[in-house]
Amino acid sequence: MSAVAARVGGIRWTHPRTIGVYGIVLGSIAFWLALPPLAARSAAFPVVIGMLAIAAGIWAWSRDERRVGGGAVVAGLFGIGLGLLATQSSESHLNQVVVWSALGAATLRYATPLTFAAIGGLFCERSGVVNVALEGMLLTGAFFGIWGAIWAHSWAGNLAWIVGLAAAALAGMVLATIHAIWAIHLKVDQIISGTAINFLALGITGYLFIEQYGDTGTPGNVPDYGIPDVHIHFIQNWYFIGPILGQLNLMIWLSFLLLIGTYIFVFRTPYGLRLRAVGEHPRAADTVGISVYKVRYMAVIASGAIAAMGGAYLSIGFVHSFNEGMTNGTGFIGLAALVFGKWRPFPTWAATLLFGFSSALADRLPNAYGNQWGTLFQALPYVLTLVAVAGVIGRSIGPAAAGRPYVKQ
Amino acid sequence: MSDEHDPGDTPADDATELAGSQDEVPQAPAPGRVPTPQSHFASRFGGLKGAIAPLITTLLAFMMGGLVVVLTGKNPIKVYHAIFNGTGINWFFHVGHYSARIPFSTHKFWFPWDTASIAAQNLQQTLLLTTPIILTALALSFAFRCGLFNIGGQGQYLAGTIFAVWLGSSFNSMNPAVHVILCLLVGTLAGAAWAGIAGILKATVGAHEVISTIMLNWIAIWVGSYLFGQGGPLQGSEASVPISNDIVEGAKLPVFWGLKLLQGLSVGIFIAVAMLVVYWIIINRTTLGYEVRAVGFNPEAARYGGISVARNYFLAMAISGAFAGLAGAIDITGWEYRIGETDIHANQIGFIGLAAGLLGRNTAVGVGFASLLFGALINGTSGRQLDPSIFRPELAGNLTTIIQGLVVLFVGLNLGGVAAWIKRRRRAT
Repeated sequence: MSAVAARVGGIRWTHPRTIGVYGIVLGSIAFWLALPPLAARSAAFPVVIGMLAIAAGIWAWSRDERRVGGGAVVAGLFGIGLGLLATQSSESHLNQVVVWSALGAATLRYATPLTFAAIGGLFCERSGVVNVALEGMLLTGAFFGIWGAIWAHSWAGNLAWIVGLAAAALAGMVLATIHAIWAIHLKVDQIISGTAINFLALGITGYLFIEQYGDTGTPGNVPDYGIPDVHIHFIQNWYFIGPILGQLNLMIWLSFLLLIGTYIFVFRTPYGLRLRAVGEHPRAADTVGISVYKVRYMAVIASGAIAAMGGAYLSIGFVHSFNEGMTNGTGFIGLAALVFGKWRPFPTWAATLLFGFSSALADRLPNAYGNQWGTLFQALPYVLTLVAVAGVIGRSIGPAAAGRPYVKQ
Repeated sequence: MSDEHDPGDTPADDATELAGSQDEVPQAPAPGRVPTPQSHFASRFGGLKGAIAPLITTLLAFMMGGLVVVLTGKNPIKVYHAIFNGTGINWFFHVGHYSARIPFSTHKFWFPWDTASIAAQNLQQTLLLTTPIILTALALSFAFRCGLFNIGGQGQYLAGTIFAVWLGSSFNSMNPAVHVILCLLVGTLAGAAWAGIAGILKATVGAHEVISTIMLNWIAIWVGSYLFGQGGPLQGSEASVPISNDIVEGAKLPVFWGLKLLQGLSVGIFIAVAMLVVYWIIINRTTLGYEVRAVGFNPEAARYGGISVARNYFLAMAISGAFAGLAGAIDITGWEYRIGETDIHANQIGFIGLAAGLLGRNTAVGVGFASLLFGALINGTSGRQLDPSIFRPELAGNLTTIIQGLVVLFVGLNLGGVAAWIKRRRRAT
């Protein structure tokens, strides 16, 4: 190590990894400077700061901190590119699109179904069962969520959403059970059975939707008994935070709880240890008396329930209606977030926020710039994930035993 | 759990390992026979025996699909009969004295079937749909034979359609033959390049092809909707309609059966059938096919035998994508002639091809029949063919998706080829 690491307050401020982190921050600043409220109008700001970010990244990369180094280079490139775009466009357009509080709230709304899908996938894949069926589980949850809520509306009134959530979770568990039997006992290739479940979910929900609501669509009064928003009155007037957190859907708060719960469960309890052991080295787990099959069944079925609740949030918490194939890739973005976050809860959550932000931006861009820019932003999560699996930002490697059926001896 | 797993075997090491290992292996395996304990599975790939399991799978899927129909209070036999009548397969049963025109001429000759009946028109539609399904099924199959799961047929197909539309609607005065061939060729290359990205990632850094092809699918979908959507660079001349321009006359494939205006059958079906033959030849009669299969059976053994695993991963993905890209180009030049933003999202051909490739057990003959089955099913359940008084076409379309899902679910269960593949995969990693 050529650089002398200066330690102040326990952090090595000149360590290559820290420099790389500076780079990532600088890259973000390059973009941020060009946006309101500062809205620097000169192209020099994003270019110079972005270059600094890239330089920091290359320096870190050359000292074997490839992940943060690569991340800083990518952040710098994006900072320059997006910053230049922002300085080129008129200030009134920028003000129309970039309303931070609205963007923040929208980010959380878009990120929540992704979080549920990704956390569902985390349980499944940590146990060694690959889950490409998240999309199907989300879609099933979306349909059965709204179906349950509409069905229960007549007797449960405004609380019908609880029945909806339960129905969604149940349907997701049924679907996941098929995946579990196929993957664990029948030892079918897990990607094949996952793909099959995606088709099945698409077909079954579409069929039932046409059969039930085909002529008129789902009823328009769903918002009355959908999942309620949580109003926190005392923070609603706070600067910046108020508009974001003051009026969020209940499921968004639940997703925070789910995250913390998942982290504690998977990394701080013996059950989580068993789960991870089964996913990393099933034979060793078997040897010490853990039932590999049981753990995997429970993990896969839990994953179905969690992902389906994310779907229910989509249909009865967010858009308040259902349409054939309405998830339109949300489950796959969830899977992408899981890969991007390296199968860990909080990095995965950060990825869902990033992807949710790109969706929120895609949602608001058409206000000022026409449809097309928003459309391109929809592809961003997939591009970033492709970059992530390509190893530019450090390789994403899943649980060692994922995808391989376990044969008990 | 550590982030820094050691990536056990990186295919990138191939090149260096190869040089040494070639000398150490005195006996290279004889071509045409893959040295593995599983070679008895090979018999299940061909012959009549190999057809039994897919037939059972299909029957089971249709029976369970029928159960869904029963549960919603319809008569499944009536429904399936109506679907069957829409497929045009019944055309073959009406034998008589008719005459047919030799394609692209005015001469007529005696023919046992009526080439202008309603059933004939239905059959044309079925075959039009079968064409891209054959090719996307081959896309799955070729990669599968190399031990790769190319789930990205949809994205590669879209890459082919995008380039075919772009070129087809661009040059007005090009020689027709050159123009259509250019469209097909560039569409094919676009598909190959799109899949090649996943191939390179697999070959160099070992990125799992399933993740990367899923991502590439969605990138293709959104880039496609960007290009042809409202205000997009390839949107057609009608300002408020998110659909591309039509391709020019010269870029259209000749229609040899039926009328061009009524979506007659183009010569694309012959290209698809020819590709079945090409696939069979590559897989069974060339060194490339031998190496691809060897890597698919057991990458470690193949590497030890002097085969570059990385090179074959890349080639298998690229060739696989070429088939899917060709499918897209043929669809555009054969009958679609344009593409709209909604088509890009609604299109499922790549995924249907995936089911057909699995059902066909990755063999040329199997893929042909499985694709015909799915082509017929989709055509028979389309709003154009199915009588709404018997069964709503929207329901029937979803029934197709359910059957497709069941087929994939059950085909994986079986036995034979897929089981062998799983065993190979398990041993490999």
